[in-house]
Amino acid sequence: MLREWKKKREVFAGGLIFLFGLVAIVEGRRLGVGSLKAMGPGYVPMALGILLSVLGVLIAVAKPALPTFDQDEAPLTAEWRGWGCILLGVISFIVLGKYTGLVPGAFSCVFISALGDRTATIKSALVLSAAVTVFGILLFYYLLRIPIPLFSWGVT
Amino acid sequence: MGRDVISTALADLSHGFGVALELHNLLYCFLGVLIGQIVGVLPGMGAMAAMSLLLPLTFAMQPVAAILMLAGIFYGSQYGGAICSILLNLPCHPPHAITCLDGYPLTRQGKGGTALAITMIGSFVGASFGITEMVFFAPYLSEIAFKFGPAEICSIMLLGLLAGSTLARGSAIKGVAMTALGLLLGVVGTDVNTGVTRFTFGVLDLYNGVEIIALALGLFGIAEFLKNVNRMAPVNTRVKLRFRDMRPSRKDLKTAAFPMLRGTIIGSLCALIPGTGPTIASFVSYAIEKKISRTPERFGHGAIEGVASPEASTHSSVQGDFIPTMSLGIPGDAVMALILGALIIQGIQPGPQLISDHPDIFWGLIASFWIGNIILVFLNVPLIGVWVRLLTVPYRVLYPAALFFICVGVYSANNSFFDVGETLVIGVVGYVLLLLDFHPAPVLLGFVLGPRVEENFRRAMLVSRGDIWYFMHRPISAVFVALCALLIVVQIGFWLRRLSKQRREMAIRSKVGMSPQPKA
Repeated sequence: MLREWKKKREVFAGGLIFLFGLVAIVEGRRLGVGSLKAMGPGYVPMALGILLSVLGVLIAVAKPALPTFDQDEAPLTAEWRGWGCILLGVISFIVLGKYTGLVPGAFSCVFISALGDRTATIKSALVLSAAVTVFGILLFYYLLRIPIPLFSWGVT
Repeated sequence: MGRDVISTALADLSHGFGVALELHNLLYCFLGVLIGQIVGVLPGMGAMAAMSLLLPLTFAMQPVAAILMLAGIFYGSQYGGAICSILLNLPCHPPHAITCLDGYPLTRQGKGGTALAITMIGSFVGASFGITEMVFFAPYLSEIAFKFGPAEICSIMLLGLLAGSTLARGSAIKGVAMTALGLLLGVVGTDVNTGVTRFTFGVLDLYNGVEIIALALGLFGIAEFLKNVNRMAPVNTRVKLRFRDMRPSRKDLKTAAFPMLRGTIIGSLCALIPGTGPTIASFVSYAIEKKISRTPERFGHGAIEGVASPEASTHSSVQGDFIPTMSLGIPGDAVMALILGALIIQGIQPGPQLISDHPDIFWGLIASFWIGNIILVFLNVPLIGVWVRLLTVPYRVLYPAALFFICVGVYSANNSFFDVGETLVIGVVGYVLLLLDFHPAPVLLGFVLGPRVEENFRRAMLVSRGDIWYFMHRPISAVFVALCALLIVVQIGFWLRRLSKQRREMAIRSKVGMSPQPKA
């Protein structure tokens, strides 16, 4: 089971690297490669792109390495709740921070991401986010003076 | 001649102490090691994330104070990490993973305090040796490096990158791929030579390139949270430690003395090879200690040598890691790449001229290492009870708060919400890469060195009129290229050996007709 996944994983890994390489090659061509004597802006991207795509193929076909000393082979289970909450937390910080100010941004960021933990309750998340928001406002707004208004409406 | 070198080094060092003891520098050094200690103790937090979080704060600071503080976070976290692994058997920080093997059994025998005390002594001894190594070795190294032209700089960077990606953790080929990806990320933005924008895809915010803070916090912050959320077991410890439990007996000290020294020397050697940072140093010294011990069966059941040697080795290598970074401008790992990035942001060009152009930074940093290590010993020994209690802060409280700090930290770098989004994207991609068994550290290495590799490569090609063999015609450069080739050959050799071993095992299994079983 683990062995199967490992084999598949190597193919995915190689494929991803190959894809990165292709992007670099396409962009390198567009920029103009030039020659060694007169290097264009696309020379280095092209070289890296070729290297990456070759490495991608090698990773995909090579046998997966034996587990090394520090690999934690945790069973892979999708953690949608945790992942989703962390993503939404950051997105809410961007959107609310930009359009409504630091306080809503901070509060929603901590509140939503705290809900990602399976043991969290609405109450525990509220307490945590209130505490972090107060601390954050004191630290960032009053002490370090970052230029986000505490409350605002629309783009400032 | 020898006396001359020593006396100039000592004179410079006393100048350094003058700089480091200035009140505000001292304060920032203290702040750095304190944050490092806290981050080191908290399970699931890393020095990388803490350093990149504080990076925007350093923009407004003087360069000396900025570097002192960032460096302090790094070595401070090493002290904190040891507590975590000895008392809880949790390898929170990779260099201390091996300390768990003997540290935790000692805790269960009620000798956790002794193990910690030996760790602190070993750490201090190791660190002091690493610093001394830096005092005498770094200026010498930079003097040699002064003669380097673009070809040499380019090939030594290549060697550094290759060593950093192949000698570190995990698969070598994946490490190289990550380095190449980092180099590519370094290309993003406006090309200084032609003014053309590369890989920006029309996004205006990318014209200045990828933000280093966004990259570091994405890879070492958000990606780590995505990995750890709901996977960190809650910590239950009823270990109560007080100051007086920490006095080691004379016998323990005697047993630990030589392992400590051996570990120190191994660590200082590992520091000089780029890519072999503290983690490798600690593993190597543990293995050696076990091999030369007359009673190897005690290892794993609470041998004090198994704590003393790797911890001394870690700290000696942590301090020594700064040598190639400060004297050549070649960082050995992601942490050093970040320190280099901080220097560049301050407008200081890293490289062999750093020591002579900015003696304040170099000697002040070295002096601050000593001061910081002394502060750490004082922070750790009397306050051990506080750190033990800090260990029990649950992850579900930590990561949402840390996530918010990351958001604000990235925002404050350029006052831009776009950068926060950039961090999120990098974090998600970074997590996918983690799932696919890539290690993200070489990405940062490549990212920081990328622009300088390209610039020097271009210059070398300009000088030689496009002759790629120029790198082989210059003797010093040729040596570096040869070493690169050697690294690649050795890696291929390892790979072939592993392949044949696997094949042999498969053959034996099919002969016996056994189903594949994990080795005992």
